[in-house]
Amino acid sequence: MREHDGRNHGHPHPHPGTRPDADDRLTYYQMMEIAVRELLIEKGVLSADAVRREVEKMDARSPAQGARVVARAWTDPAFKAKLLALGNDALVDLGLERGPYKLVVVENMADVHNVVVCTLCSCYPRWLLGLPPDWYKSRNYRSRTVREPRAVLREFGLDLPDDITVRVHDSTADMRYLVLPARPAGTEGWSEDQLSSIVTRDCMIGVAVPKANG
Amino acid sequence: MSAASSTAAVPARFRRGDRVKVRWADVPGHIRTPWYIRGHTGVIERLCGAYANPEELAYARSGLPAQPLYRVRFTQAQVWPDYAGSPADTIDIEIYQHWLESA
Amino acid sequence: MRSHHDMGGLPADRIEATEHDYALWEKRVDALLVLLSAAGRMSVDELRKNIESIGPDAYDSMTYYERWIHSISQTLIQRGVITIDELGRKIAQVEVRHKKGCG
Repeated sequence: MREHDGRNHGHPHPHPGTRPDADDRLTYYQMMEIAVRELLIEKGVLSADAVRREVEKMDARSPAQGARVVARAWTDPAFKAKLLALGNDALVDLGLERGPYKLVVVENMADVHNVVVCTLCSCYPRWLLGLPPDWYKSRNYRSRTVREPRAVLREFGLDLPDDITVRVHDSTADMRYLVLPARPAGTEGWSEDQLSSIVTRDCMIGVAVPKANG
Repeated sequence: MSAASSTAAVPARFRRGDRVKVRWADVPGHIRTPWYIRGHTGVIERLCGAYANPEELAYARSGLPAQPLYRVRFTQAQVWPDYAGSPADTIDIEIYQHWLESA
Repeated sequence: MRSHHDMGGLPADRIEATEHDYALWEKRVDALLVLLSAAGRMSVDELRKNIESIGPDAYDSMTYYERWIHSISQTLIQRGVITIDELGRKIAQVEVRHKKGCG
């Protein structure tokens, strides 16, 4: 995974190659974070423990959680129906967090492919998949995915023929989206663990599809 | 504050399948109706529920009464003049009721 | 007029599929937002509104979590949770402490 500082522009630029926390110098905004946190703790608005616990919760979330949901939906039709109708309740059935937002699950089919974007900011089902990748929050993805989704998908290596309908979802308000990819051929008889191992984060955003050969 | 009257949601006016037009407006403030869809016509895909208005929440106001929120489906070829893709391609966007009119 | 953050449909460049492992300070910024909104001290809508108001050059040159911490600070000032004076003095203390190697 390449180091990148998450800047919004699309042009290459030099960057230190070390993570800021390991560096001797704090940036202005890192100092601001420390200052705000310390002020809030001093004022009793929150505690250092609470911040630490929240970071731990964040670290425990990852796309593997979403992959479990997909694998279960592929193998259990009743779960899949519940996931499509009442997404958050289905998450709870798997022991996952219900989450603070309503989860809308959009299903890929043989002739339909879904892709999710938040043009206005970076809305993403974080409680389920963890933090989104930088590119999802980038100017280029946010600008182009709604207007030329097929070109965007081709850049990700997904070239869809015209007889597959592309549905874009712009996550503008209180919903959060999960793409339920289609189960690929060649996975018959696989266990849920095997199935979830081929469901990547990019499949659940909609810029990739799972492949039986990894 | 009376719980029922001041916090009850605005009633939903639209149903799945209704044709709606997104109001055109150029106004400052925190708005969750993207510029690119204003003035366009689509079809209600579903009622998502009713939520506090983000335009008000952005200024630390309550945003109540809650506004119905819909997913509205648009045909891409109708939204973009030079759309390169299938005429069946769609874009679904969550839009608050006060931005929608019957079409 | 279209706001700088409201970029859906604008021409742009090839997507660099970059990502980075989030640094601890970034995760703490994220945690601050989660905790502050759970405590009713600010909303994600205020966060967004203040990010949107940053100004195009700053918006483009700041990183994602730099925009967040700037916006969180601004929101807390607007809400009266902290003052500009407190924040400025505390940042200066942090800087001094860090230079001395104690932070």
